Amino acid sequence: MTAAAIVARDATKRYRRFAHRNQFRTLKSALLTGSVLSDLRPEETFTALEGVSFEVPKGSAFAVIGENGSGKSTLLKLVAGITKPSSGSLAVFGRVSALIELGAGFHPEISGRENVVINGVMLGLTRKEVERRFDAIVDFAEMRDFIDAPVKTYSSGMYMRLGFAVAIHVDPDVLLIDEVLAVGDEAFTRKCLDKIAEFRRRGKTILFVTHSLGLVEKLCDDALWLRHGQTADRGDPKRVVDAYLTYVAGGEEALLRSSRAAAAERAEAGDGPAPSGPPGEGALATGYRRGRWGGREVEIRAVRLLDGRGRERHVFVPGETVTLALSVHAAEPVTDFVFGVGLFSAEGTNVYGTNTDIEGFIPRRIAGEAEVRLSLEGLSLVEGTYLLDVAAHRRDGTPYDYLRGLHSFRVKSRVKDVGLYRPVHRWSFAGGAELVLPEPRAELDLGEEPGA
Amino acid sequence: MIAAIRSLVRYRALVQSLVSRELKARYRGSVLGFLWSFVNPLLVLLTYTLVFTVILPNRQADIQPYFLFLFCGILPWTWFSASLAEASGVIIASGNLIKKVLFPAEVLPTVTVLANLVHFLLGLPILLLFLAWKGKLAWTVVLLPLPMLVQLVLTLGVALFLSALTVHFRDLQNILTHVLHLWFFATPVIYSYAAIPEGSPLRQALRLNPMTHVMVTYQQILFHGNVDHWRGLFLALLVGVLAFAVGTFLFDRLRDTLPEEV
Repeated sequence: MTAAAIVARDATKRYRRFAHRNQFRTLKSALLTGSVLSDLRPEETFTALEGVSFEVPKGSAFAVIGENGSGKSTLLKLVAGITKPSSGSLAVFGRVSALIELGAGFHPEISGRENVVINGVMLGLTRKEVERRFDAIVDFAEMRDFIDAPVKTYSSGMYMRLGFAVAIHVDPDVLLIDEVLAVGDEAFTRKCLDKIAEFRRRGKTILFVTHSLGLVEKLCDDALWLRHGQTADRGDPKRVVDAYLTYVAGGEEALLRSSRAAAAERAEAGDGPAPSGPPGEGALATGYRRGRWGGREVEIRAVRLLDGRGRERHVFVPGETVTLALSVHAAEPVTDFVFGVGLFSAEGTNVYGTNTDIEGFIPRRIAGEAEVRLSLEGLSLVEGTYLLDVAAHRRDGTPYDYLRGLHSFRVKSRVKDVGLYRPVHRWSFAGGAELVLPEPRAELDLGEEPGA
Repeated sequence: MIAAIRSLVRYRALVQSLVSRELKARYRGSVLGFLWSFVNPLLVLLTYTLVFTVILPNRQADIQPYFLFLFCGILPWTWFSASLAEASGVIIASGNLIKKVLFPAEVLPTVTVLANLVHFLLGLPILLLFLAWKGKLAWTVVLLPLPMLVQLVLTLGVALFLSALTVHFRDLQNILTHVLHLWFFATPVIYSYAAIPEGSPLRQALRLNPMTHVMVTYQQILFHGNVDHWRGLFLALLVGVLAFAVGTFLFDRLRDTLPEEV
C-alpha cells in the first residue's frame, strides 16, 4: 500500500447558526452582560459534515459527489486547511493548492503581471519560483497581450483563466478542484483536463468536487458520495456514481409521484363534464393544457406504469419494457368505446399517439371493473420527462373520461443523445475508421430500491 | 506571541508582496500617482498650520516655528491612526481570501500597518528638509528608529486585536472613528506636553496614554534636539508589547472563526 496523501478520520464540522436573538447582539450588549468570550462560542450549530472517514493514497484521484448542500465544499475547505474539523481529524501530506475560487485575491487596480506574482506568493511559492514559471503561466492562460493591463479591465473568462493558470502552476502535491472546469471555452477546458491528466501521470494526488459525473468515472480511482454531510457510499467510482444516480432518480420519482397526486386532485376539483374543451389548468407551451374532462360513463380510475417485473415505477431507462395499466370502470354497460394513449414531451410536443380504434379493435362491451394494458417494448425515448394522455371516448370522439397530462414519467439515460425518439441502433465501423468504446455503457439499473 | 512573530517572519515574502501591491494600488489611476505620498502630509500640515497660526494662534515660545512642531507630531500620528482605521475593516474587506484560500489572516492587519509605515517613511524626508531649512536638525535624529519601533509594536498589537474583533462586532468600526478622534486630542500633537503643569490631573491623564510618550519622544528627537523622555518611552514599549501579546492571543483564539463569520 502506498503512502497516504489525505487521511480523514471521523471528520466532523459544525457551523454556528445564528438565532435571531443572537444576530442583533452587538458589542454593547456583549460587554454589558460580560459575555464577549462566551458569545464567540457557538451555541446553536449546524452539522455540515459528520463522521466522514477516508484515505486518499498518493498519486490517485479521488472524487467527492453529492447534491447541493451535502457538505462537499465544507469537506474541501477542511482538506485545504481553511477551516478545521470540529471533531475528528483531517491530515494532508504535502503542499496543497486549492482551485476553489479562481483569482481570489487578485487586486483589480494593478496589472495582471503583478497579480500573478502576488497570487503565486499567496499560494505558497517564493517570488523567484513565480518568476521562473511566469512565462508558462501567461502562455497557459493565453494572456500574453493583456498581461500588463490592470485586472479590472479583464473579462470574467480572462480573470478565471489567469487564476486557473496560477493555481495549477503552483505545482502542488495535492490539488483540490471544486467545480472550476467551466472556466472557459471548450478549448480551454480541454487544456485544463490535459493539465490535470499530466498531473496524474506525475504521481500527484487530486481531489475533485464535481457535478460532472462523467468526469468522475473517467478520471478518478475512488469516489465518495456525501448525503446530508454523511458518507452515503464510497469505493469504485462507477458503482458510486450509479448508486448516486439511482438515488437522485428515486428523489425524482418521489417528486413525480407527489406532483401526480396534486394534479389528480386539481382535476377532481374541477369535476364534471366540460364539453367545450379542456379546462385552463397547468398551461404548457404550444397550447398543451393539463386537465380532465368527460361524462365518466367509462371512468379511468387509476393509471399505473409498470416495469418488466410488474412493479410500479416512474423513472425508466431506454430499452426497458414499460406497461401502462388503466383501471377502468363502467357503471352501465357501454358498447361504443375507444381507449387511447398519447405521449408528450415536457414541452408539449406530441411524441406518439394511438388508440384502439386506429389500430382496428372493434369494441363489443364494457361493464363494471376492467383493466386495459398497453405495453411499450424496448422504450425508445431519449432522456427527459414525458406527459401522458389517457382517454376513454366514443368512436366519434365524444369523451367519456379524458385525462390530459395528469400522469408523467421520466426517462434517464447515460447516453445523452437528443431528439424525441431513439430508434434501436448500433454503430459499426470498417476500413480505416477506428473507434473504440472504452467500456460498454450499461444503462442504469433502476429496478433496485432507490437509495438503498 | 513568539509563534505569531515566527509566522510573520515565515510569511515575509507574502507580506512584502502585499505591502508593495497596497502602495502601487493606492494611487493607481490618479494624476499625481506616487507624489500623493508627499502631497498628503503637506496638505494636512497646511490645514493645521492655517488653523493654529491664523485662526487660533499658538504663541507658546518653546514650540516655534509652530508649523514645524506640528509636522513632527502629525506625521507619526497619521501612521498610527490610518493603520488602525484601515486594519479594523481589512479582514472583512478581504473576506474572499480568508474564505477561499488558505491564507494567514494575521498578514492582513500587518500589511496595513506596514504600508502606512512606508507612507510615514516617504513623508519623513520632507520633514527633515524643513527641519534643516529652519536649522532645527540635530544629531538626535539618529535616535528616530527607537520611537518608531515602539510605535510599530504598539500599532501592530492594537491592529491585530481590532481586525479580529471587528469581524464579530462590526460596531467597532464606527466606534473606532470617534475613539481615534478623541485619542488625537488626548495625545500631545497640536500642543506641547511640557507646557502642561507638572502634577495637574490633565497631565496625569495624558501619562496613561502610551502614544503621549511616543509622541513626546518624536518631538524631542526631531524638534527640540535633546531627549530625556526615556522612561516614558520605555513604559510605552511595555504597553506596546502587552498590546501585541493580547492582540496575537486574541487573534489566535478567533482565527478559526474568521472564515465562518466574515
